[in-house]
Amino acid sequence: MTGDHARLGEALLDVRGLTKIFGTLRACDGVDLAISKGEIHALLGENGAGKSTLVKMLFGSLEPNAGEILWRGKPVRITSPNAARQLGIGMVFQHFSLFEALTAAENIALSLASDTPISTIAAKAQALSHSYGLPLDPYSLVGDLSVGERQRIEIIRCLLQTPDLIILDEPTSVLTPQEADRLFETLERLRGEGKSILYISHRLEEVKRMCDRATVLRHGKVVGHCDPQQETAASLARMMVGSEVHEIVREPAKGADTAAVLLEVDHLDRAPATPFSIPLRDVSLSVRAGEVIGIAGVAGNGQGEFFEAISGEVTQARAGAIRIRGEDVGLMDISGRRQKGAAFVPEERLGHGAAPEMTLSENLLLSRHATDRTVFLGNLGTVQTGALATAARRINEVMDVRKSAENPAASALSGGNLQKFIIGRELDRKPVVMIVNQPTWGVDAGAAAHIRQALIELARAGSAVLVISQDLDELFEVSDAIAVMHNGELSKPIPIADATFEKIGLLMGGAEPGHVPHDERMEVA
Amino acid sequence: MRVELVRRPQQSVLFSALSPFIAFALMVIAGAIIFLALGKNPVLGLYAYFVQPLTEIWSLHELAIKAAPLILIAVGLCVCFLSNNWNIGAEGQFTIGAITGAALPLYFPDMHNVALLPLMLAFGAAGGALYAAIPALLKARFNTNEILTSLMLVYVAQLVLDWLVRGPWRDPAAMSFPQAPAFHSWAVLPELLPASGRANWGIVFALVAAFAVWFMLARTLKGFEVKVVGQSPRAGAFGGFSTARTIVFAFLVSGALAGLAGITEVSGAIGRLQPQISPGYGFAAIIVAFLGRLNPLGIIAAGFVLALSYLGGEAAQIEIGVTDKTVRAFQGMLLFFVLACDTLIHYRVRLVRPAPTTAAKPLATEAAHGHR
Amino acid sequence: MGIAEAILLTIATAATPLLLAAIGELVVERSGVLNLGVEGMMLMGAVAGFGMALTTGQPWLGILAGALAGTLFSLLFGFLALTLVTNQVATGLALTLLGIGLSGMIGEAFVGQPGVKLGALDIPVLSDLPLVGRLLFGQDPMFYISLLLTGGVMWFLFRTRAGLTLRSVGDSHSSAHALGIKVVAIRYLAVMFGGACAGLAGAQLSLVYTTQWIENMTAGRGWIALALVVFASWRPWRVLAGAYLFGAITIAQLHIQATNLSDLATWPAPLYWLAELVKSIPSQFLSALPYLATVVVLVLISRNRRLTMMNTPASLGRPFVPDR
Repeated sequence: MTGDHARLGEALLDVRGLTKIFGTLRACDGVDLAISKGEIHALLGENGAGKSTLVKMLFGSLEPNAGEILWRGKPVRITSPNAARQLGIGMVFQHFSLFEALTAAENIALSLASDTPISTIAAKAQALSHSYGLPLDPYSLVGDLSVGERQRIEIIRCLLQTPDLIILDEPTSVLTPQEADRLFETLERLRGEGKSILYISHRLEEVKRMCDRATVLRHGKVVGHCDPQQETAASLARMMVGSEVHEIVREPAKGADTAAVLLEVDHLDRAPATPFSIPLRDVSLSVRAGEVIGIAGVAGNGQGEFFEAISGEVTQARAGAIRIRGEDVGLMDISGRRQKGAAFVPEERLGHGAAPEMTLSENLLLSRHATDRTVFLGNLGTVQTGALATAARRINEVMDVRKSAENPAASALSGGNLQKFIIGRELDRKPVVMIVNQPTWGVDAGAAAHIRQALIELARAGSAVLVISQDLDELFEVSDAIAVMHNGELSKPIPIADATFEKIGLLMGGAEPGHVPHDERMEVA
Repeated sequence: MRVELVRRPQQSVLFSALSPFIAFALMVIAGAIIFLALGKNPVLGLYAYFVQPLTEIWSLHELAIKAAPLILIAVGLCVCFLSNNWNIGAEGQFTIGAITGAALPLYFPDMHNVALLPLMLAFGAAGGALYAAIPALLKARFNTNEILTSLMLVYVAQLVLDWLVRGPWRDPAAMSFPQAPAFHSWAVLPELLPASGRANWGIVFALVAAFAVWFMLARTLKGFEVKVVGQSPRAGAFGGFSTARTIVFAFLVSGALAGLAGITEVSGAIGRLQPQISPGYGFAAIIVAFLGRLNPLGIIAAGFVLALSYLGGEAAQIEIGVTDKTVRAFQGMLLFFVLACDTLIHYRVRLVRPAPTTAAKPLATEAAHGHR
Repeated sequence: MGIAEAILLTIATAATPLLLAAIGELVVERSGVLNLGVEGMMLMGAVAGFGMALTTGQPWLGILAGALAGTLFSLLFGFLALTLVTNQVATGLALTLLGIGLSGMIGEAFVGQPGVKLGALDIPVLSDLPLVGRLLFGQDPMFYISLLLTGGVMWFLFRTRAGLTLRSVGDSHSSAHALGIKVVAIRYLAVMFGGACAGLAGAQLSLVYTTQWIENMTAGRGWIALALVVFASWRPWRVLAGAYLFGAITIAQLHIQATNLSDLATWPAPLYWLAELVKSIPSQFLSALPYLATVVVLVLISRNRRLTMMNTPASLGRPFVPDR
């Protein structure tokens, strides 16, 4: 380590032994990190490895328990985001720190300490956004903007503070491949201007492509510094995960073209439920026994609305809009659709798929009280806690759910383990139709592989599986065909053999073949 | 120096059990301070408040009389609060229940048989439930804020009662006194042990209701529905439970129990309708519900505590000459302490000094220990 | 002074406490905090104001004491809801229940005592102007204070950076925290402002509106003020309109109750019949009008879901625990 420090004598930022403890968890444990001027430095690690905790300490939102931060060679205490900004550290958050009810310009003004009038800020923001090719209307309400546009606000807001170090937390996880390319151009230009960038990602390809050096975190500890160009994606993955990740096995679906259609969506329309939600327009889709269909799309293009409609949390006006095993279920609620053999896993685990304060066995009852009435309920509607406990134990064993107590509250589990439980809860029923929204979002690699494999196996055993995801890698791993949802409309599924990142990415950006891509339209406007 | 809350991974079982007692102890301390401030002997004051009413048999009967409506209402409120429905109009539902129940003997003065009393109780419960259905339906249908509508309806209910006892239902024999005629014996709720005191069947209804609702909440799917919809409405919808249905259910249950409390009170303890029929039971029951930690069995105990405060206020007025207005102040403080103590169930509370400059502390473990 | 002028003057006096309390609560809610303790804070303000004015003979000291009592009382709520992160609905209710109890206890000594009145201003010349003279220049000082506060809040919320910061905290406390905005401190200030306004509203009741202390004298005005904030969809000028609407309803029903039919004998027949009809309504139902109107208004406004969703501060009532 000492050699490292000597070599990087002129480091812009030098972090030594930074430690953060939450309760008993060492989220960051003696982390060393050095970033020099004009480099793009990758911070790699799985979900829960401590990346976000580390950058929050660098940005002053979290207070380290131990360790030291050197900025331009001098020890500093970064006590608040304001202090960080004054030093010259800017941040683009993963879960945007934006205010939906305010305009873009007001959002930007909030992180500028000066009392510059909003109109001046708006003009500056617009000028800057044009010079970087990131078009932006400063007077639009953030709530009305797409995810990509929101990220632009974050980036412009950060750049207006003229930082020397820019921290980007998982910036491409919400972008189309084409939007991501745009971002990379911007970042390379910033590097050319002598700025340093700390780039957090778990996407190895983009790290290899762009970053000068990388620091890898696992379980809160630095497990290595390396030059990504010298590594392969596989070797980087090994460093991140600490062991070989099981390859997903996906045999091609046999005889899928002739198998029965188990799930059918027929010209589904849905008016927007809230001022900020997306209407669904004429969505049609069918999933046959034995196949996995993936639905790609940038966040906020109607996937949540689609999931609610298909699950029956919101019922349809027309019975035939959704069919399960050939039966019209459009008027049925979610319990009715479950009783027809369907199972659902929503995007949000805590507060949607599971009630946070309730125990695992109570959460088991949540989605299965209608389908397994005879097992879990007595005559007077009394809950059979013994039967629930047995079933919960079975699920935890099959899915390898790791937990600290026999029957803990859902919120006490890590994201990956809770997701394994929620998926296992549905698989345990052997559903005929399974609809999953974001199956492995925020889940560590081992658990993600387990979940993906389980979904494929369910399909190969004769069920129809629909996977909605923003993670293209995941969709290419599990799907037999991929359709794209954009602005409430669904494209035709593209068989996996014909699908490429570029093709799917263009559709995600809103381009019909032969049409102008979304981003360029924006610029014309 | 700042207060820092650290969320516990699991709710603390210890503090779940202890928090009502800590809250009560804090209220006793605060009460002593108030007595001192009023220039009274705090020991005598607290004795009069919390011990003296327990020393005589007739007084225990009075305790049961006061506890009955508090428990009945609070048990219903706990269904509402658990399902995240803020019914604070129980006082109004209580009043309407008293009116609808009392209407029977007034309109059928010749009905002198055993069916009358059960019918009155049923009418009272139905009246309370229907009155609670107003804020419930408005919330379920239009998303109207139930806190404000249910509370506004309290004032309306009290004015309706006032109009009835001064107008159409006024007892002509009572001169210009604003009150309805006294109930005849078939319409009066019988006393339990007439030899030793006034306590009536109301306390039995309260205990039965508490056990029934406890069973529903703890052991049945309906109870699960109430809790899951209250904690996490989206998860509830995912489970197939309709939020609207739960709103209506919770309000109907709590309105019915408040209405039952109302008719029980006028038919038992009071004996007729009059402009004032409640010393704020509907609001005190909110405190009972929280002091009982929204558990019907806990509510039984909490109901007796609040009933004691009513009796204690009277006793303290007689014994040491403090105003009985202290009662509501004590009750309000109790709720404050209960809520503050509930924080201990969900969080560890720490006082934190801003960390010293960490530059000289490369050893992580050392610093971490210094912090705890 | 004509009868219409007198009615308008009383409407202003009835609307002022609603406006004061509601404009304070509006700021609190804009910062993302729901304080249901308005009724309790008003009562504390009323009793403190009355007591101070009675003992010193200075109505202005009473007004100050009212504001101070409201502020201190709101800090109780702040400590629980903001520092200990208790449920805001329950804590607000607790504040109201405690306020009713404490004010009743403190005010026991004041019952039946004649109070001190904060008199109307009488600006020479201007208040003698025809028609608008008394209405604009001859009212009690609280009338002007309430209007100044409303204008000030409008300016603060939408024209200053501090107001923008407060609104941002109400929209997303986690985003604000991530940017380094001191969420809890800002909310404390907002809660204290709300407490001061409620205290002023209470003092207006016991020093201007009626000059006496009656237990529970707010009679639900704190709750109506809360409803007004919702009705106004969190916009100051609509709070102003709503407060005067409710002031008008209150005064109208009082006037109907107080009017004798015999005084109207000279009215033309159809109008007289109408008056006769209105007078046949029992007084209790007239008294219930403001409460019923509140329910109706809440239903009307909540039916427009889009409007409510667009305007409700997104973090309203949500607990916030800053991580450090």
